[in-house]
Amino acid sequence: MTWQNNSFGSAIKKLSEVVNSTLYHVTSFALLNWQVIKLMSIGLVKPGKIFKRRHIFEQMFLMGVQSIPIVAVTSLFLGMTLAMLTTYTLADFGAEVWVAGLVGVGFTRELGPLITAIVVAGRVGASISAELGTMTVSEEIDALDTMGINPVRYLVLPRFIALLIMMPCLAILSDYLGIIGGYLISAMKLDMSFAYYKDLTIEALKLKDVFTGLIKSVSFAVIISMIGCYQGLIVSGGAEGVGQGTTKSVVNSLIFVIAADSFFTALFTYVIV
Amino acid sequence: MNMIEIKNLIKTYDNRRVLDDINLSIKQGETMVIMGGSGCGKSTLLRHIISLARPDSGQILIKGQDITVMNEARLVEVRKRFGMLFQSGALLNSLTVGENVALPLVEHTKLDRKIISIIVKMKLELVGLTGFENLMPSQLSGGMKKRVGLARAIAMDPELVFYDEPGAGLDPITTAVVDKLIMDLTKKLGITSIVVTHEMKSAFRIADRIAVLYKGKVVDIGTPEYIRNSKHPYVNQFINGAPDGPEPLRRSKDDYLSRLTSFDED
Ligand SMILES: Nc1ncnc2c1ncn2[C@@H]1O[C@H](COP(=O)(O)OP(=O)(O)OP(=O)(O)O)[C@@H](O)[C@H]1O
Ligand SMILES: [Mg+2]
Repeated sequence: MTWQNNSFGSAIKKLSEVVNSTLYHVTSFALLNWQVIKLMSIGLVKPGKIFKRRHIFEQMFLMGVQSIPIVAVTSLFLGMTLAMLTTYTLADFGAEVWVAGLVGVGFTRELGPLITAIVVAGRVGASISAELGTMTVSEEIDALDTMGINPVRYLVLPRFIALLIMMPCLAILSDYLGIIGGYLISAMKLDMSFAYYKDLTIEALKLKDVFTGLIKSVSFAVIISMIGCYQGLIVSGGAEGVGQGTTKSVVNSLIFVIAADSFFTALFTYVIV
Repeated sequence: MNMIEIKNLIKTYDNRRVLDDINLSIKQGETMVIMGGSGCGKSTLLRHIISLARPDSGQILIKGQDITVMNEARLVEVRKRFGMLFQSGALLNSLTVGENVALPLVEHTKLDRKIISIIVKMKLELVGLTGFENLMPSQLSGGMKKRVGLARAIAMDPELVFYDEPGAGLDPITTAVVDKLIMDLTKKLGITSIVVTHEMKSAFRIADRIAVLYKGKVVDIGTPEYIRNSKHPYVNQFINGAPDGPEPLRRSKDDYLSRLTSFDED
């Protein structure tokens, strides 16, 4: 027992605890994802038994429709900021007409989906894990289980599907408002007309840019809803646990969203050109 | 045949044996009361019987089928015949009272909406909450939540109902009402009931048999009459509510001092 008392021993012990808990979370998170995949594929055969339309619509409203104002405002400001930044830089080259293209491509490929995901991770991811976490500590999840109602089907699936549908919609909204933000700056600083700005944008954009962004936003939806649900379902230890789970859900979602964004950007820039 | 048969059930949490070799059989149609001090493992035992937790070893047979080795799909079928009243009611807070009671029916049956609403009304009437369908759980008192939980537990007309502390947090009259309800269900519908409770009065009132749990073991089991006259020192202390006995209030003075001055070394 003496070796446990020196610092080397305790460092080893700590390390093995960290490795253990990481492995545990990775496997149980994978298991939750596997259950969702399984249920989705059963749902393709017998949708009536798996998908509850009312629950999905309810979640689409809560997650999607109610996120519209905040996504719109942040995207508009971000579009304006991007336009100001680019006019400032491009002025040195006398190339301000490129603002439209830059904002358009930048938003559809990258910033639209990303800012949407960040806002949604904070708003929706947090509320998913707070809600499921509260249900976990008040034995509601156990109650569902004992009634023979699968909590993954009843709670996780509607949230997953709702966000999967709403996230790309919000990303498109964000694209539009970002571009409008860019136009506002161009109109004020460069005296561009709306028609001209629109033409410049459409000329610069390819359909692929839009699709790239939408594929990203779908992957962000998966990340945010699954991490949110997972952190909610593993909560233990009362209200404090719910708070910790919510924080973890937001932090982890943001890390994985930004990592996935980087991955997809690399994929669409270098691999699938 | 026994409704439930528990054989050599062992469960350890963080090196603590919470359930230590439990053997227990419960007959069809009987009301089994499980008693014991706080933290002795009653809720844990219940969680194992409804397979919310998996044991380290041992078997739990329900109608001869071992639920500890069942897959999820078969468990769902078994669970449809269960009802469970949780210690806190465990109503879904996002649904109304009526929707909570209707939930198992909506999920598991193809019954018409109208028929479900009639069943819900009947079950709520049984627990004395007629007309509360449209309230949210947050608008109810603790005791009312528990009664709604009971209505939900019996919504599917189960063969087997588990009650975790049905009387806790209820006034004596409501407790008596709930006790009467448990007895009626058992006698009239032939439901098998397993009741975890601290309340001596209701235990002796409703039980066909009582099992006393102590430190994860069943130390004594028998009819209320037998338990009342039990020779087992702990059972004796428990039913008489004596502060001192096998479960000491405070150990000897030296022991007390050494516990106060000892430091956890690990
Ligand atoms: N998931 C768990 N992880 C670790 N320990 C647990 C867990 N569940 C229960 N325990 C421990 O098991 C013991 C028995 O708990 P249990 O809830 O079964 O007690 P109880 O008899 O129902 O008590 P009460 O009458 O107060 O409800 C307690 O010491 C508790 O700390
Ligand atoms: Mg308990």
